Amino acid sequence: MPDADISRRTLLKASGITALSAFASPVRAAGPEPTAVTAALVEAARKEGKVAYYTSIDLPVAEPIAKAFEAKYPGIAVRVERTGAERVFQRISQEYASNIHAVDVVNSSDASHFIVWKRAGLLAPFVPEDVARHYPAEQKDPDGMFAAFRASLSVIGYNTRLVKAQDAPKSFADLLDSKWAGKIVKAHPGYSGTIMTATYQISRDIGWEYFEKLAKQRVMQVQSAADPPKKLALGERAVMADGNEYVLFQIKESGGPVEAVYPTEGAPLIASPNALFTAAPNPNAARLFQCFCFSPECQALVVNKGGMRSFHTQIKDKPGRRPLSDIKLMREDAAAVEGLSEEIKAHYTKIFRV
Amino acid sequence: MILTAPASSERSTFRFDLSLPTLIAFSVALSLLVLMPLSWLVYYSLHDRAGGFTFANFGQLVTDQTFLDPLVTTLILAISSAVICCLVAAPMGWLVARTDMPLRRTVRALVTASFVTPPFLGAVAWELLAAPNSGLLNKLFRVATGSEPEEHLLNIYSLPGVIFVISCYTFPYVFVLVANALDRIPGDLEDASSVLGGSAWTTARRVTVPLAMPAVMAGALIAFLQAMTLFGSPAILALPAGFHTMTTKIWSLFQYPPKLELAAAASLPLLVLTVVLLRAEAVVLGRRGYSVVGGRQGESRRIPLGRWRWAALAVAFLVLLNPVFLPYGALLNAAFSRVPSEFVWFDNLTLHNIEFVFFELSATGVAFRNTLVLCTSAATIGTVMAMVIAYATSRKTIAWHRALGFLATAPVAIPGIVLGVGLFVTYTRPPFVLYGTLWILLVAFVTIALPAAYQQLQSAFRVVNPDLEEASRILGATRLGTLGRITAPLLRTSVIATWCFIFIGVIRELSAAVMLFTSDTKVISVLIFDLNESGDLGAIAVLGIIMLVFTFAVVILINRIPGFGGVRLRNT
Repeated sequence: MPDADISRRTLLKASGITALSAFASPVRAAGPEPTAVTAALVEAARKEGKVAYYTSIDLPVAEPIAKAFEAKYPGIAVRVERTGAERVFQRISQEYASNIHAVDVVNSSDASHFIVWKRAGLLAPFVPEDVARHYPAEQKDPDGMFAAFRASLSVIGYNTRLVKAQDAPKSFADLLDSKWAGKIVKAHPGYSGTIMTATYQISRDIGWEYFEKLAKQRVMQVQSAADPPKKLALGERAVMADGNEYVLFQIKESGGPVEAVYPTEGAPLIASPNALFTAAPNPNAARLFQCFCFSPECQALVVNKGGMRSFHTQIKDKPGRRPLSDIKLMREDAAAVEGLSEEIKAHYTKIFRV
Repeated sequence: MILTAPASSERSTFRFDLSLPTLIAFSVALSLLVLMPLSWLVYYSLHDRAGGFTFANFGQLVTDQTFLDPLVTTLILAISSAVICCLVAAPMGWLVARTDMPLRRTVRALVTASFVTPPFLGAVAWELLAAPNSGLLNKLFRVATGSEPEEHLLNIYSLPGVIFVISCYTFPYVFVLVANALDRIPGDLEDASSVLGGSAWTTARRVTVPLAMPAVMAGALIAFLQAMTLFGSPAILALPAGFHTMTTKIWSLFQYPPKLELAAAASLPLLVLTVVLLRAEAVVLGRRGYSVVGGRQGESRRIPLGRWRWAALAVAFLVLLNPVFLPYGALLNAAFSRVPSEFVWFDNLTLHNIEFVFFELSATGVAFRNTLVLCTSAATIGTVMAMVIAYATSRKTIAWHRALGFLATAPVAIPGIVLGVGLFVTYTRPPFVLYGTLWILLVAFVTIALPAAYQQLQSAFRVVNPDLEEASRILGATRLGTLGRITAPLLRTSVIATWCFIFIGVIRELSAAVMLFTSDTKVISVLIFDLNESGDLGAIAVLGIIMLVFTFAVVILINRIPGFGGVRLRNT
């Protein structure tokens, strides 16, 4: 399949509007009617008996979500297909190019993927009741194709046994200090959607020179954005240049020696939507699962156990974590990421040599 | 021998003999299996994305620094591994085959253990042991020497680190070749040297070493090939170290948007180099066969080591620490530790990883099921194919038996990752769209397993006298009937051993599987690889241990079979 059906390039021209403004379109267009969970839906889902969830959520969070769904709706098995968001995207493209329709519901930490899928007509319009009632307009697609299931930040972090709080880096610029040479771990934008999104935002706001200098710090390169916090917890590296805030929270709250730093330049915000595929092999189970994902029950799990942020208006941050409103954020721009993705990967590979 | 004619003998004259059509079908299947992926590979490498003919892919390969660097790295890596393997494995082979070192059988068994350990699992284990800061060995080193937290003894995330881990799981190839060759060198050649007044040293230098040299050379070539085409270990260690090898580079070309043309072009140099080196190996091994042909005269003489016996054993165990004891220990530790990089003690002992793998990880069941189905079916189909082809070639039943034999051995020249790319481009497009099914993995595994299986069974056929088969044929049985009722039972041990070897080979295959799997067709090796990418080391340890237990169960089964010789396994 040399010619993938979905090409980011062809969409480059049309990327004038940013994703945020696309989300926030004031026109309450012909989005589908919100769907509540009915006995008929549950019954139809149970007949299908299974649902395939392709996601980039770290497994120790993704699997408990699946288990919670299975406990609530016995007889419907969730299969979590977890890999980095960029791989999820590649896998789905590859499968669809070979006419394999295995994915029911998708979650990706690279929000630009949803623009591509939506434009290719692969997504099914579907709005769970919770999304209609309790989600802000800027976190959902006006046509009802997707909504932000979870959000997290890509942050700097450090191992508290190896670095004292006052010595910890406060900003991206601090990471370029020679005292951090050989002590930094970092994830890869060719694998992780979180890092793809973060790399775009940092290169836009700070510039590629930052990455060029960072590459001279002999960084340890890993793939998933979930891995740098784990490498900190192992004590393998003292500082992480990027990686998931939510995994840091999980480790910290279970007693691990890690701490997050919100860089003074701003922390990249990564909102990760959920969507259904039109050709989903288990359409009813997919819809039921989508409803469950946005329910307060699941969102509470995502926040409390998972360490993530929720846009559900009824869900509050867990005490002890710094609320989003107190953190300086970098601006999200999924449409721009969509246009630049290939270029970002190529540029990054050139700088970091992997 | 007394033969009684079966009562139904006249019935068989009316029966249509399916033998020839079957043999033809096997020949066609084999040709498709081997030739199609290679043809598509060549086709893709010579075309651009729009389908126009071009040499640009190869042009980019030799001018683009991002391809030249991995090529140079791969060559350094392969040459160093080959040298290290020979330096370590040849003396060890000699100790086991020619001296009175104690526990020789145990040492051989432990080398077999490193032989069947999946190299990617070894790589993960060595991450746990020798990551510069969190590695268990480095922690011990700091405690023992009182050094600063940042000092380390070993850094596995480096080129020497990758070379070391690859050598750990490649040296058994050299060891087996050398030990087997030394087993076969008749003691009377050395006796002759002593009788003529040669000292022990002269005998070793003038007789033993020259006789073993071809095996060492062949071992070096095989080690070079294994190191060059290995995917798992570099994929796990080289990225954190900040470099690519050819195999990881090819794999990275499958990132979105996939660059299949470049992947195909980058695969071909590996293929060509493998073919050339295997030819070289055949020449080298051919020489050795000539020098000791028919020479075995009873038990070869063992050299008494005297008080060095135990020192020799200590050295052997020191070597075996690296591929076996230390990695297995690290995996066990990680499986039960809350933090994989900390030694298990009462305060951090946990069963969470086991619970996670069996009760939370939803891919576990699918992966185990797929692996089991594929192992069993690939072993069965591979054995049957190898048997039919070996029969056809050794009994010269059809005119093109020579070509058939060549085709059956040809896949040995195809590195797993190259085969993966070839099968991917072949079976994601009409007429055979197998991608997304277990079939494409089955095709890959059978193709990979075929050469060793074929060679194993072909040599087994040579010792069965055709008289028995002819008797069966005279009494009216068809060729296939004879094969099934007479020949196969006579070859029972070889057939079972072949089956088991394919089974083990499939469990540990990663390089082709990683190109060909989809979410529904995941296997354990790929699951472990996926888990590594998000750093779930505890879960990997649990899955890895289960995999090893499975493998050893099969190995022990093989060792129960009397009179069984070594068969080559491929690295993944």
